[in-house]
Amino acid sequence: MRLTCPICGARDRREFYYQGDAVALYRPAPDAGVDAWDDYVHLRDNPAGVRRELWQHEAGCGAWLVAERNTTTHDVLSVSLVTDGTERGA
Amino acid sequence: MRIEGKGLIDRATPVRFQFDGVGHTGFAGDTLASALLAKGVRLMGRSFKYHRPRGVLTAGSEEPNALVTIGRGAAQEPNVRATVQEIYPGLEARPQNAWPSLKADVMALNDLAWPVLGAGFYYKTFMWPRGFWERLYEPIIRRAAGLGALSGAHNPDRSEKVYAFCDLLVIGSGPAGLMAALTAGRAGADVLLVEEDSVFGGRLNAETFLVDGLAGSDWAAQVVAELGEMENVRLMRRTAAVGAYDHGTYAAVERVNGHRGNRPEGAVLETFWRIVAKQVILAAGAIERPVAFENNDRPGIMTAGAVRAYLNRWGVSPGRRVAVFGNNDDAHRTAADLHAAGVEVAALIDSRADAQVRDADYPVYAGAVVTGSAGRLGLKRVSVKTSGGSKDIEVDCLAISGGWNPTVHLTCHMNGRPTWRDDIASFVPTPESIPGLVAVGACNGAFSTSACLADGAAAAGDALKVLGLTPPRSRAVPTAEDDPYQLAPLWAVPGKGRAWIDFQNDVTVKDIKQAATENFSSVEHMKRYTTQGMATDQGKNSNVAALAVLADATGRGIPETGTTTFRPPFSPVSLATFGAGAQGMGFAPQRFTTSHAESLARGAPMIEAGLWYRPSYFPAEGETHWRESCDREVGYVRNAVGICDVSTLGKIDIQGEGAAELLDFVYTNTFSTLKVGRVRYGLMLREDGFVMDDGTTARLGDQHYVMTTTTAAAGAVMRHLEFVHQVLCPHLDVRFTSVTEQWAQFAVAGPASRDLLNDMLETTVDNANWPFMACGPVTVSGVSGRLFRISFSGEHAYEIAVPARYGESLFKCLVQRAESMGGGAYGMEALNVMRIEKGHITHAEIHGRTTAFDIGFAGMVSATKDCIGKTMAAREGLVASDRERLVGLKPVGRDAELTAGAHLFDLGVEFRRDNSRGYTTSAAFSPTLGHHIALGFLQRGPERLGEVIRCVDHMRGLEAEVEVCAPVFVDPEGGRTRG
Amino acid sequence: MVKFSGLRVLKEGLTGNTGWSPHWRDPEPRSEYDALIIGGGGHGLSTAYYLAKNHGMTNIAVLEKGYIGGGNIGRNTTIVRANYFLPGNSEFYSHSLKLWEGLEEDLNYNVMHSQRGMINLFHSDGQRDAFVRRGNAMVNQGDDAILLDREGVRDHLPYLDFENTRFPIYGGLYHPRGGTARHDAVAWGYARGADQRGVDLLQNCEVTGIDIENGGVRGVQTTRGVIRARKVGIVVAGRSGQVAAMAGLRLPIESHILQAFVTEGLKPCIDHVVTFGMGHFYISQSDKGGLVFGGDLDFYASYASRGNLPTAEHVMEAGMTLMPMIGKAKLLRSWGGIMDMTPDGSPIIDRTDTNGLFLNCGWCYGGFKAVPASGDAFAHLMATGRHHTDAQAFRLDRFRTGRGILDEEGTGSQHNLH
Repeated sequence: MRLTCPICGARDRREFYYQGDAVALYRPAPDAGVDAWDDYVHLRDNPAGVRRELWQHEAGCGAWLVAERNTTTHDVLSVSLVTDGTERGA
Repeated sequence: MRIEGKGLIDRATPVRFQFDGVGHTGFAGDTLASALLAKGVRLMGRSFKYHRPRGVLTAGSEEPNALVTIGRGAAQEPNVRATVQEIYPGLEARPQNAWPSLKADVMALNDLAWPVLGAGFYYKTFMWPRGFWERLYEPIIRRAAGLGALSGAHNPDRSEKVYAFCDLLVIGSGPAGLMAALTAGRAGADVLLVEEDSVFGGRLNAETFLVDGLAGSDWAAQVVAELGEMENVRLMRRTAAVGAYDHGTYAAVERVNGHRGNRPEGAVLETFWRIVAKQVILAAGAIERPVAFENNDRPGIMTAGAVRAYLNRWGVSPGRRVAVFGNNDDAHRTAADLHAAGVEVAALIDSRADAQVRDADYPVYAGAVVTGSAGRLGLKRVSVKTSGGSKDIEVDCLAISGGWNPTVHLTCHMNGRPTWRDDIASFVPTPESIPGLVAVGACNGAFSTSACLADGAAAAGDALKVLGLTPPRSRAVPTAEDDPYQLAPLWAVPGKGRAWIDFQNDVTVKDIKQAATENFSSVEHMKRYTTQGMATDQGKNSNVAALAVLADATGRGIPETGTTTFRPPFSPVSLATFGAGAQGMGFAPQRFTTSHAESLARGAPMIEAGLWYRPSYFPAEGETHWRESCDREVGYVRNAVGICDVSTLGKIDIQGEGAAELLDFVYTNTFSTLKVGRVRYGLMLREDGFVMDDGTTARLGDQHYVMTTTTAAAGAVMRHLEFVHQVLCPHLDVRFTSVTEQWAQFAVAGPASRDLLNDMLETTVDNANWPFMACGPVTVSGVSGRLFRISFSGEHAYEIAVPARYGESLFKCLVQRAESMGGGAYGMEALNVMRIEKGHITHAEIHGRTTAFDIGFAGMVSATKDCIGKTMAAREGLVASDRERLVGLKPVGRDAELTAGAHLFDLGVEFRRDNSRGYTTSAAFSPTLGHHIALGFLQRGPERLGEVIRCVDHMRGLEAEVEVCAPVFVDPEGGRTRG
Repeated sequence: MVKFSGLRVLKEGLTGNTGWSPHWRDPEPRSEYDALIIGGGGHGLSTAYYLAKNHGMTNIAVLEKGYIGGGNIGRNTTIVRANYFLPGNSEFYSHSLKLWEGLEEDLNYNVMHSQRGMINLFHSDGQRDAFVRRGNAMVNQGDDAILLDREGVRDHLPYLDFENTRFPIYGGLYHPRGGTARHDAVAWGYARGADQRGVDLLQNCEVTGIDIENGGVRGVQTTRGVIRARKVGIVVAGRSGQVAAMAGLRLPIESHILQAFVTEGLKPCIDHVVTFGMGHFYISQSDKGGLVFGGDLDFYASYASRGNLPTAEHVMEAGMTLMPMIGKAKLLRSWGGIMDMTPDGSPIIDRTDTNGLFLNCGWCYGGFKAVPASGDAFAHLMATGRHHTDAQAFRLDRFRTGRGILDEEGTGSQHNLH
């Protein structure tokens, strides 16, 4: 498997750290309530198909990335920088 | 029998080798199988279950029968395919799975018991009496099963791993693969051509076809020569592509030296290639399938294509009097080639009534089938049923062909399912099964040489376009035979006896039918119940026929019956090669501190701390036990001064306007209020509220901090900081740099530590300018460093850091001075004892399941700000009063030994799970106190101080009454630290 | 129905093996059952078996989208053990091991449960202390554990590299009752046992919807039509998220791939189950002679049922540093299963907010050994509405409340780290 880091280019999977669903982008407010926090920390859509997830180019530039990836085919539809702002919009 | 004038072997180079204790001579270019067949050796192995005598079935890596063991001692290698292993001088091959000998194998008694050893028999028996399974049945079954044996010794050979990248990977070098490589190579593409065989050319070397008027093998050699001249083309033979993975990644295994005798010391045996290719052309050819009939497994019965390969490539006729049995025109070529080579063809038997054979000078039986065979250790006779009746024909070799199965395997590695084609009664690759890969030639069901050539050229043209290169204008390909491939499916000849489908695993038509009767009618159920396709060939020779028999037994068509899944690797790969580089120390990096050499010089045993090595203790003369050294080293620190390398702790340099704000968010406590020149202990939670790590962070400047992490968590914390910054706080202007390896850092601990430093530093250190938890720049012997007044030992202590290049000399210097002051170096054992005495936690305590509340640090979670983990740490379950919480434990009798991992019980209860109230995490003998001490977690622990409970370690056979106490044993007021 | 025995095999052998009959029927779905089990894997089949056997619920069906036993029960490394240390897990796996110990007799099916002993290796003082805590917990639970020092390990496993290996062997925790079983046979034995008691096993029957009315489950939609029932249990491992979503549930689960590997057949060379936690590697030898081994997850969410190369290489590298005598064994096949990973690495056996809808999932990569107790406990819950004594801890709400989190690895709420 290979991912294309927007900064470094296409690299082997070995260089990347996988964190999980990109839900991590949307940290609830401290007082958002137990449901919001349960959702954030534990519950997952876990789709068999395309989803957005967080990776870090840990053995490269260190950038945290949002990858749109198909969990059934492993096709990677896009990879962008978390700090790219646009990723936070949804 | 060797045939003069045929074959690609080098008759000028005889090669002596041994099989089954007998010496033979073959020629360079021979495989073990071809050389043995040349000598008339037909019996080469025994089957798995019935120990049936077996000979060669194929001429390739799919061989299920002729598996041998080569090499001696530690180099012994089982399950080597005689059809792949090239002979070399001194090669020693032995039969396997046979005792006492290949010819007289006792376990062949199984063959007589076959009626009770049918499909799945073991699921129905061996259940009584209970307990006999492990003691009696299983040991017998295990000994009878298995094929070859490992030596039991450590692998003595070297393999290695390599990465490769290319525009176009061509797998297979038959007519399709060569044509593809040639087309792409001429257009300038970066081409990698891999061929499993020892020579390029594929079937061209096994047939008598002409290509552009040249013998096929000559044409192949000419193309390979041209490719060899191209700088943009890499040719790799003896290299099997074994796996297809995501995004153009392929695994391949190259046999580098396994075909050579007298290998130089340290020579690489095999290389594991990870190939990343933009485009791939799969030209892996096809595998011929046998036909099932009674006793179709005798030595001497082999596929028709294999017979042609032995004849044309190796100049060997597998028999003197050969019959050919097939259901297709291709099989006729075997009879024709044998006849042309002067070998007696006893019969050509074609199951098709309308089969046409022109100009045959040998008996032809159309509409006939072989119904049985005779000859226990080698074929003697076949029974043929013709329209006119039955007859026996004396032969020593039978060439069979049930048609060809495209080698679709790699295309299934990413869950692709092949597509059934009725016209060739075979599965072909489903397009797009592997993104970027196109199957061509026989691998795609195009069986004529001409079609293969055209297919390869066309696919290369398409690949070139995708790569942005210019395909050649002309798609003209060399002229070659373009005979139609015609067959009428024939899977199993009806009959009463046993007819083999999976040769190695002894799966017969009966077994498959029985599986269907017992409702194992899903193809996966049938496979698993009968073990069909689970042998070393993974069903390459048998799966399609098995499916057909199952389809027939269940009244379904083959496409509805479906297939099992081919999975990596395509052909078996030795673990030494797949795991190359790891044997010995190569499995993980080794990290050494700057004091490593000096520690070794001082005789310190080194222990692993994560990937690092740290000294356990520094033995002094006369000491015989580590405890003596440890106690002495504790004494250094408690009474004088000790030196310890603490460089392995993670060090992260944090700079920027947002540094303080970020630290406030990462730590439970506040760092924005920390004064420049001061250090603070910090606690970090995971977002789920449990403790992640701890350590001290120093503020070196208004916008400059240096964080320390535990050794184990350094990488995780670095990643976490980047996460918190980039993902959660991108508005903050802050940057992190790991400087763990850039700074060597040493603890200088003990009442004399300040004196030692004042002796060395250009600055004078006193309580006013360096109070407890102060930090700042210092100069030591002209080198700029940093000094932190922090203490893990609980003594008046400092840590001094210098650029790593000065680490070794500073360490030596510090230790020397310490020794002159009645102290010296101390290792991990003493460090650990002192931190337990002081109640400082490590990952033994913050093991991922503990909260700030559990370790008594609830007060460190700031009420006035948010931080990572704060919300979840407030969940009811994480602050429940009945949680196990940190306490100290000391033995009621001073002599009792305390150990880590023991469980805690109230007095007078049974030592049962539901009575366990906690456990110990760390324990040590405290030389300072003169008895053992322990840290542990106890339910409602802090409410139980002073109570006596029981500490039970079944594993070490220890039990002790202990008093619950606060988890700080030495200097609870901290006077020493501040002194 | 045929009772299996050596005598029967002999008799059939002598009479042409003509008397064998289907191990289970392929019935047509009825329109209504008392209970439905979604998922014909190990856990689903054992649930059906114990519902019928222990609770007399025989008007039930197992709905399997493919063939029974085709999920993780048919693609695992077959290890059976009871070596957990957290209360909640301890008693459950202990109960499971006891069921294993009588399983052949109970099912009249040889699942080849082989208590050949399991050894967990450790490579530092800290790891040893953690294993001591575990071993003590096992003994407190009434199970068996023995602490081995380095020489003790050498006595059992002389072929390990004790001299030149990256993580030297300090010792091991020996669990004599640990071992392996023939995974497919477990599925088939339970299937046959359930079928014999009247349970309908409906293969090629994919659930496409769950019908809920007034807060209660009423049945399911399937590719073979609507089937009504007032009790429905979801037991679909890696596919739990999708099936639960049909009932409007969002689960604390992320699906990941775990690879497993098998070599060509070899004469006996590894007699135990050996685990090398430091290298994420574990191995045993099947009765057929193949070395069966595995390692860590592929580390990214996936439903692809196939593994990646870096993890495969890492697993074999771990094997080579630990026991270089396996170097000449050849990898025959690798595969991947879909693991339903929870935030604490422990499973869920619980009811849901929908009346009659029950959930059994989150087995991560440790579900095989749990098959008997999981079925027993889930059947108990579905039949009686109460949690089984030994499966009280597997509550769905433990993450939300933080009470009773069962994080044996201590790696926290990131699903793939367990």
